[in-house]
Amino acid sequence: MFPKNTLRPAWPPPMHNTAKNNGRAKVTASPALTREQHLDLYFFMALNRAVEEAMVRLFRQNKIVGGLYSSLGQEAVSVGTAYALEKRDWMAPMIRNIGSLLVKGVPPRDIFTQHMARYTSPTKGKDGTSHFGDLKNLHIVSPISMLGDLIPVMTGVAMAGRYLGQKIVAMTWIGDGGSSTGAFHEGLNLAAVQRAPLVLVLENNQWAYSTPVSRQVPLRDLADRARAYGVHSAIVDGNDVAAVYQTAKAAVDRCRAGQGPVLIEAKTMRMRGHAQHDPAEYVPQGMFEYWKARDPIERCEKFLTANKLWDAKTKSEIHARIDGLIKADLEFAENSPLPPPELAEQGVYCEGPLCLEPRWERPIAEVTPPGCSVQAAWKVSDPGSIEAGQAMPGAPLAKFTRMEKTPAAPRSPAKGSTKKIAARSKGRR
Amino acid sequence: MEPVTFLEAIRQALFEEMDRDPAVICIGEDISVYGGAFKVTAGLLERFGWERVIDTPISETAIIGAACGMSYLGLRPVVELQFVDFIACCFNQLTNFVAKSNYRWGAPVPMVVRAPSGGGVHGGPFHSGNPEMYFMHTPGLKIVYPSTPYDAKGLMKAAIRDNNPVLFFEHKFLYRRIKEALPAEDYVVPLGQAMVRRKGSDLTIVSYAAMAHTSLEAAAELAKEGIEAEVIDLRTLVPLDQETIVNSVKKTNKILIVHEDTRTGGIAGEIAAILNEQAFEHLDGPITRVTALDTPVPYSPPLEERFLPQLADIVRAARDLARF
Repeated sequence: MFPKNTLRPAWPPPMHNTAKNNGRAKVTASPALTREQHLDLYFFMALNRAVEEAMVRLFRQNKIVGGLYSSLGQEAVSVGTAYALEKRDWMAPMIRNIGSLLVKGVPPRDIFTQHMARYTSPTKGKDGTSHFGDLKNLHIVSPISMLGDLIPVMTGVAMAGRYLGQKIVAMTWIGDGGSSTGAFHEGLNLAAVQRAPLVLVLENNQWAYSTPVSRQVPLRDLADRARAYGVHSAIVDGNDVAAVYQTAKAAVDRCRAGQGPVLIEAKTMRMRGHAQHDPAEYVPQGMFEYWKARDPIERCEKFLTANKLWDAKTKSEIHARIDGLIKADLEFAENSPLPPPELAEQGVYCEGPLCLEPRWERPIAEVTPPGCSVQAAWKVSDPGSIEAGQAMPGAPLAKFTRMEKTPAAPRSPAKGSTKKIAARSKGRR
Repeated sequence: MEPVTFLEAIRQALFEEMDRDPAVICIGEDISVYGGAFKVTAGLLERFGWERVIDTPISETAIIGAACGMSYLGLRPVVELQFVDFIACCFNQLTNFVAKSNYRWGAPVPMVVRAPSGGGVHGGPFHSGNPEMYFMHTPGLKIVYPSTPYDAKGLMKAAIRDNNPVLFFEHKFLYRRIKEALPAEDYVVPLGQAMVRRKGSDLTIVSYAAMAHTSLEAAAELAKEGIEAEVIDLRTLVPLDQETIVNSVKKTNKILIVHEDTRTGGIAGEIAAILNEQAFEHLDGPITRVTALDTPVPYSPPLEERFLPQLADIVRAARDLARF
């Protein structure tokens, strides 16, 4: 028996955790979705589920060499959030965000070959599951198993994008469990203090392996964690794909406008165990039923029907398209070879040229002397409020004079460049 | 050319690389207005501005993570860890995220982690460490540990231009104690090349960083007794220049390895294994090592002195080895 302790989390855990915004500023509602957008969202959710159902079959046939992690019931979060990104934007999924990968443009075959450890997979068999990425085209950063690590990494992506003038947004996901890692807190704080264009989707699926949220965090709303870092946050019903999309879109827009990071808590439910081996017997009676009745795909179907956005023909066309995709890609994956053993020895170091050169979308003169030169002093606007200083006309330049070869930069920045820096650093704070 | 300190040589490399390439940025704790705990980044902010010289919260994991993310967009971040001892705080980010990135999914991470390291400055258990072997045991990272201003500058430039994550150890003891005149022109010292600092035929002494200097002093002492030691300065631990070590041993047939790192699991053991594999029949004496004790780095001067390999320890060990 535990002693009576008010700090002890509720047990059994609450059956559901409602998605009320609980005192947060209302997310500015985006304009209503078009029919195409609704159908797109449905398509990707259905594709997400179909891909995972196919993988469950592969798993039972022993064709998946490692673990298989299901996102059943969470498709609306993966799909709705990633759908708010543009092609130029960057994302880093977690293991269950198969839907996000599909939305960003990853074909199902890559997901199949990854799980089946084939040579044709994006990592050529060096890593499995959703542990792959694409720097060049899709702008996807590969996750690792250590939770929270992606948050500082994507903060860096966001900062680099801003530095290069690219106007990109970086998005990544974390679970209720992962929100207790040190990397989560360090990363979110750095994103906040840097006002990095980062959207962090906190996917609260009620369970971290076998541990319920109430045993991990003594908060009703995990979004409250954002408040401590001065980060804008929102809570959304993670099983309502249109609501997820609208919330994510508002967050992405806010980031792109330079207003700093946003954390979205999406309340949902992991409808399977941690992985295929786990029957999830620890989930209390009734919890699956509660959430099954709120299945995101069924809800979307009802919505489409009620609003006359589709008919039986459209639905069967969508499913025929999905079936065709899955069939072709499964066939491709099953016919793909395993990697040659000698591949194990290759690629620890990058021997060739970089696969990505910086893409400048602002004048380089802004970040090279004298354009970028500033006075090395903190600016005090009022006592207790200190910010980065800025270039001041006539301020002494760096004392550093390298060698005779490179004289100190001339102290006459082109008219306007000082102003620009001032405006920039003002805009950033 | 005016001789410059070890610290100034690194500072020059940063200035010149940032001048050369706008993709190079610096990120770390207290590096902007303050110029870094050791003033290695002093003056960078004035010249390159707030966007390229970034102060961070005290969050080593976030710093390494952010630098990694920046490198994915083609930037070349140079991280300053205030002391290398704090690298333990970002161990996961470095060993799991950064080091495995290129192997796992073909995403190179061109970043440099600068880390003031080493003892002899009475920093105590948390400001004197030599944790290089944790990372030598991590495929995917390169490790540089220079001993002279010339090398520090040239290796820093090579590290910044390298497409892989490079841990750049800067021995604090050397920062302001040695000076050297540097060439006016741009130069790099390629990673992975050891340097024979002194030629000799009786035995080989392999070392790096501050201990390379102590080893050279020992060689001078030994010369008075008629023992000619060849002294190799590794300069880069990964990639390790095995060829230079093996060739020297083939000539002298005896090897003494000196490092400031603790004994068990130190690089001496690895070099011994390499020699067993590649030069076994050339060895005329036991592979010998002079290292720090297997303890944390103690604070009080007599304790730290006992902990660190001393000149006399090297001379004694070399003398014993030469008798074989």
